[in-house]
Amino acid sequence: MVWINAAVQGVLLGGLYALFACGLSLIFGVMRVVNLAHGDFAVLAAYLALAVIAAVHVPVLWAVLVAAPLFALLGYAVQRLIIQRSLDISPLTTLLVTFGLSIVIQNALLEVASANSQSLPAGLLTSGALRVSGQLSLGYLSLLIFGTAIVVIVALQMFLARTSMGRQVRAAADDQETASTLGVNVRHVFGIAAALAFATVALAGVAFGMYSSFDPSAGPQRLIFAFEAVVIGGMGSLWGTLAGGVILGVAQVLGSQVDAGFGVLAGHLVFLAVLALRPNGLIPSRSA
Amino acid sequence: MNLATEAGEAVAMIGANGAGKSTLLRTLAGLHRPAAGTIHLDGRDITAMPPHERAAAGIVLVPEGRRLFPSLTLEENLLVGTTPRRRGAWNLARIYELFPWMAARRAMTTVFLSGGEQQAVAIGRALMTNPRVLLLDELSLGLAPTVVQRLYDMLPQLLGAGMAVLLVEQDVTQALRVSGRVHCLLEGRITLSGRPAELKPADVEAAYFGLAHRGGGSG
Amino acid sequence: MAAAAAPVTVRVTRSRRPSYWTAIGGAAVLAVLASLPYVVYANVTDLLVNFIILLTLATTWNLLAGYAGLVSVGQQVYIGVGAYTVLVLSGNGFSPFLAIPLAAVAAGLASIPVSLLLLHLRGAYFAIATWVVAEAVGLAVLRVPSLGGGTGATLEGLAGFDPAVREALTYWSALAVGAVTVVGCYLLLRSRFGLDLTAIRDNEVGARSVGVRILSAKRIVYVVAGAGAGAAGALLIVSQLNVQAVSIFSVQWSAYMIFVALIGGVGTVEGPILGTVIFFILQQSLADRGAWYLIIVGTIAVVMAMWVPRGLWGLVDDRFHVRLFPVGYWLHGAVTNPAKPSET
Repeated sequence: MVWINAAVQGVLLGGLYALFACGLSLIFGVMRVVNLAHGDFAVLAAYLALAVIAAVHVPVLWAVLVAAPLFALLGYAVQRLIIQRSLDISPLTTLLVTFGLSIVIQNALLEVASANSQSLPAGLLTSGALRVSGQLSLGYLSLLIFGTAIVVIVALQMFLARTSMGRQVRAAADDQETASTLGVNVRHVFGIAAALAFATVALAGVAFGMYSSFDPSAGPQRLIFAFEAVVIGGMGSLWGTLAGGVILGVAQVLGSQVDAGFGVLAGHLVFLAVLALRPNGLIPSRSA
Repeated sequence: MNLATEAGEAVAMIGANGAGKSTLLRTLAGLHRPAAGTIHLDGRDITAMPPHERAAAGIVLVPEGRRLFPSLTLEENLLVGTTPRRRGAWNLARIYELFPWMAARRAMTTVFLSGGEQQAVAIGRALMTNPRVLLLDELSLGLAPTVVQRLYDMLPQLLGAGMAVLLVEQDVTQALRVSGRVHCLLEGRITLSGRPAELKPADVEAAYFGLAHRGGGSG
Repeated sequence: MAAAAAPVTVRVTRSRRPSYWTAIGGAAVLAVLASLPYVVYANVTDLLVNFIILLTLATTWNLLAGYAGLVSVGQQVYIGVGAYTVLVLSGNGFSPFLAIPLAAVAAGLASIPVSLLLLHLRGAYFAIATWVVAEAVGLAVLRVPSLGGGTGATLEGLAGFDPAVREALTYWSALAVGAVTVVGCYLLLRSRFGLDLTAIRDNEVGARSVGVRILSAKRIVYVVAGAGAGAAGALLIVSQLNVQAVSIFSVQWSAYMIFVALIGGVGTVEGPILGTVIFFILQQSLADRGAWYLIIVGTIAVVMAMWVPRGLWGLVDDRFHVRLFPVGYWLHGAVTNPAKPSET
């Protein structure tokens, strides 16, 4: 029964990972770019929320209302000014530039906020839980995060499938040249996609901040987990990302049941196994 | 080279591979920067305009090889054409009128369509932008002659509504059949121009292959 | 267009004979450097050891990224393998100094199975996969108590040495590693294999079509880079006398390699050298500023990547056409555009 509880916790943890991963998946699916500073931007969002709460004393969920739009704007700017420019040079340049950005963000946060672990106050959410049975309880926070991940993925899917801008995003992702000759402003459209991705990063960062403690160097681990979720589930498929997140979460929690320090390593091993055996992930929607 | 086209006119560019025909169309669409020279639309200099703005100005390209969007359904491919928000007679209903078979397949992916059907979707997609100038790049590529014939049979309808069409063709017969004026390209230069009815086959052949003039040819 | 052209003979020569001045100058510099332990205090030679460690890492990373087109964010795994190999060998009675080349070999061998797993991946996939491998190995090592676990391990085998002698021996080992790395890479790139690599870098499909065996070429480069990182790791443990899994397997090392490459330039032998010099100077002069040093260096690297993609050596090369380590070729005879001769 302990194992079932662990598995369920893993599934819920997968929601958090999926929230991190869907922005990464969106950007990769559209532009073939991996932002190596992805995790660091999420941590930045957590610190931003911390600052907002310290300044205005609002509940943490209100801080999300501030962080998400701000990050959308930030995402548009980063895309058009930095990532697009790097993409024009070469795809490898984007890796190097975003890596450099990652280091800069981490150390800037270190300067501004100190290396101490912090946490976002989640109030009732952290302690409350839904008792399903004797040994199985589902934390309210975990449920909320999982629910948010689903809502976000549904919203992104609807945006892509039902809106004119979503259609332009998909067309530009398929064939930039042809899309541009039909009137699609590819750079602007990529900016919009990045804005959406960054908004999800803000949500992920705040969720993470409530779920566990964070410090300026927490970014790279989040990036790795997000990437692992995307790869396990299949690049470019948002629902696959959810599946990948869940599998990763379950692997990690079950791993730490086996032995306290084994959780993260277990996740890495699953990732490497998927890479070796099914490099396109479990639900591939386009070739990598 | 100097090239001009008018509303309601179909101008054909013919020439062997590598003559520069596709490059010319792509430059007109904004995908390449001309090293020298200018492009004007209705008197407006559009040489520096990026492709998406040219589509809004009314020049649209039907690219070589169709290049439909594989992630989009047939109807979504057509709808991409509404991006420039130009007003005009073309909309989904009219496209489905022009190509009745499309209505039944509107929600399907275009990947499994035949070459001719894909070409029709590509044309329809371009028409949805309500262009002033339609650029057709190698329509006949990979298609059976009857299919090509049927596609080109649509042309008078488009021209009648005031569109200008600039087409690039490997198939010289079709090009001469549908166009009002033809230019022959060789290595980036125009070697022959004229109305198809007035051109002698021998002259066309000479201009196409770059052979020396043979008695009484035009230059 | 009319008359047939007379047959043209084409001659290919090496672009500049291996600059003899570089060779003579290099030998002289090496001789001077080797005499340093007799002339200066240990803190200078220590500094140089750290410089050489960085140089070795940067040169081999540049080989991977600039010539095989493989951006690895996980070379630190081989640094760790090299360091722990020395630890284990020294624990079994080996002299740590003699263990250094063995550590390089061990790291090279370790890179073979990793290459089998990862080399078919591209771009970001490859980069992050290498990072995960490094993280996984680091985590695994943490769980092995005999290797020190979380607290780290001390290198015992050098306890009997007089500190000055030990530091001098460390320094000379570092000089040897640095010289072998730089000269070795240069010779590799100058060889036929180097030409294959440049072809792969410039146009993989084209290279394959003329018979270049892409995968085996990439594998060779990956193994060489792994061996180089292993040697650097060996030097690290010998000079620091201890090792900690968390820090030696840290992605911070990749950050250093990437920054050096972006500053100095990727794709030439001189680039990493120049980049290491500048990075090292920045590191030493900003060392007391804490996090600011990485913010500044990181920003410089990002700016360089976007505005000076070929790095500082690229600028020098463009301006003055200097190559201290010439690896290119001149094509004489069949010149289609007489305006400029072509050099790769």
